Amino acid sequence: MTAQPVSGERVTATRPPRRRKLPRWLVGYVFIAPWLVAFVAFEAYPILSGFYHSFTDWTATGKAERFVGLDNYVEAFTRDPLFWKAVTNTIYFIGVSVPLGIVAAFALAMMLNSKIGGTTAYRTIYYLPSVVPAVAAVIVWVFIFETRRGILNFALELLGLPAIRWLSDPNWAMPALIIMSLWSIGASMIIFLAGLQGIPQELYEAAEVDGANGWHSLWRITVPLMTPTIFFNLIMSLVAAFQAFNNAFIMTNGGPNNATLLYMLHLYNNAFRYFRMGYASALAVVLFIIVFGLTLFVYRSSKRWVYYS
Amino acid sequence: MAVRNPKMKLAGHGLLHLVLIAGSTLMLIPLIWTVSTSLKTPQQVAIWPPEWIPDPVMWSNYVEVFRMAPVMLWLRNSLVLVAADVIGSVVTCSFVAYGFARVKFPGRDALFLLLLSTLMVPYVVRLIPLYVIYNQIGWINTFLPVTVPHLLGRNPFFIFLLRQFFMGIPDELSDAARIDGCSEFGIWWRIVMPLSKPALAAVAIFAFRDSWDNFLAPLVYMAGRPDLRPLAVGLYTLRGGAGQLPDTHYLMALSTLMILPMLIIFAAGQRYFIQGVTLSGIKG
Repeated sequence: MTAQPVSGERVTATRPPRRRKLPRWLVGYVFIAPWLVAFVAFEAYPILSGFYHSFTDWTATGKAERFVGLDNYVEAFTRDPLFWKAVTNTIYFIGVSVPLGIVAAFALAMMLNSKIGGTTAYRTIYYLPSVVPAVAAVIVWVFIFETRRGILNFALELLGLPAIRWLSDPNWAMPALIIMSLWSIGASMIIFLAGLQGIPQELYEAAEVDGANGWHSLWRITVPLMTPTIFFNLIMSLVAAFQAFNNAFIMTNGGPNNATLLYMLHLYNNAFRYFRMGYASALAVVLFIIVFGLTLFVYRSSKRWVYYS
Repeated sequence: MAVRNPKMKLAGHGLLHLVLIAGSTLMLIPLIWTVSTSLKTPQQVAIWPPEWIPDPVMWSNYVEVFRMAPVMLWLRNSLVLVAADVIGSVVTCSFVAYGFARVKFPGRDALFLLLLSTLMVPYVVRLIPLYVIYNQIGWINTFLPVTVPHLLGRNPFFIFLLRQFFMGIPDELSDAARIDGCSEFGIWWRIVMPLSKPALAAVAIFAFRDSWDNFLAPLVYMAGRPDLRPLAVGLYTLRGGAGQLPDTHYLMALSTLMILPMLIIFAAGQRYFIQGVTLSGIKG
């Protein structure tokens, strides 16, 4: 114990002079520096250069790039029939899969929130498909949708219904994509469940005392209080659905007869199959404006229907 | 629910269970069907009506699939992607998140808003220009496009999640350390990091899933190098073009092998997983 101070002093004496402390603002920038570099290099600069390339006929094949003004945009809206096909397909896909997914996830969350026991097991099972890697999931579903060996047609046969050529019939390929998308509603369900658990139980008890039935409670208490969560899930599903690519690319590659040519697929084909990078950049900018505009629209309108306590 | 009659309540619960069990079955059938098919002989795969229990059980499919395709190579490549994303998320994203959460500096809030706004930009807007840039700097057909951005903590969602968590850690702890002469970097590494294990676990799990699943980026940026393909792209190429159906039992075996690590991680870290998903919803 007595020797301790001596050795301590010696250490202090030989320690190099204390480094100058960095000013606090600089410390902050040191912390965020990695992201800042990544942001400039992999976000800001690419996005800006994407806007620039959308005004050119760049092909990525070594041919000199020419400035073509708004020509790519004009082509998309007036001369490219596949553009409108892709837009309609995407609206079809989103218009059905997003509302269905939200309603199903909400209903599921309601059921799991009703204290019937076994909730944890159900929650795990319903969330399970959401952890299945996308490519593996599509491979599995391609097999399920197969006309002659697929179990979906087997189920139809058991019900006495005729077999469907799910992936080769232009009328059924999109419903197939939508059915598959419903398999992974688990994430939305969990977010809804967390929201439902945040609603104070007293509200329901008070309503019950006042003679409200379950239906009233649902529409007067649950749904209004859940609007922020519904709003969040709606935006997230919309943004994800607009960018849907893997499933349609692997399952049908846009076919049959372009029935599942989603917007992203059309863009991918132009960029990496035909190497029309300038045109594809214009398509990307259009998508960006659509997604941004839609998010803004939902956000603006949310002021009318989202209830923040 | 305002059901007062106990008998009706019981019937209601029974009905709910019935609906939930039916739904669970629908959710599980694709997975069960995958595993079942992966253990069949080609003859059994073609049987109609389909049989659920493979007979004989072909465990050897799982050995042969490694000979059918360079699965080990794909697996190694996948692990490179996973390692970069997990390290980048746990170390770099948390480093950045600390700056946003616990250090005051001019422009911080504006920069954080910028970070949040990038969450809303469709990735395809960057896909093509990045291809150009990677092409110019010679990164195409290397691992760099799928590792370097992640190592730099590119994922704004992870930074956001960790920042929210760091903001909840009491200031007293870091103040005490500061008085003891600990630098901000020391506080981040020695105090905040150990206290944030749940959030870091959630982020690590998400990073694992994202990179294990990463398909489009390797497909586009590494198209010319089949030997750099990760499992996701390998599985896709194994399927072949439309019309030429390869051996389904091998395809299902490889799918099972790809699903399995995710299931194990989900089972082991379900708490963090659910927490992370829930946390992501709170910002709404």
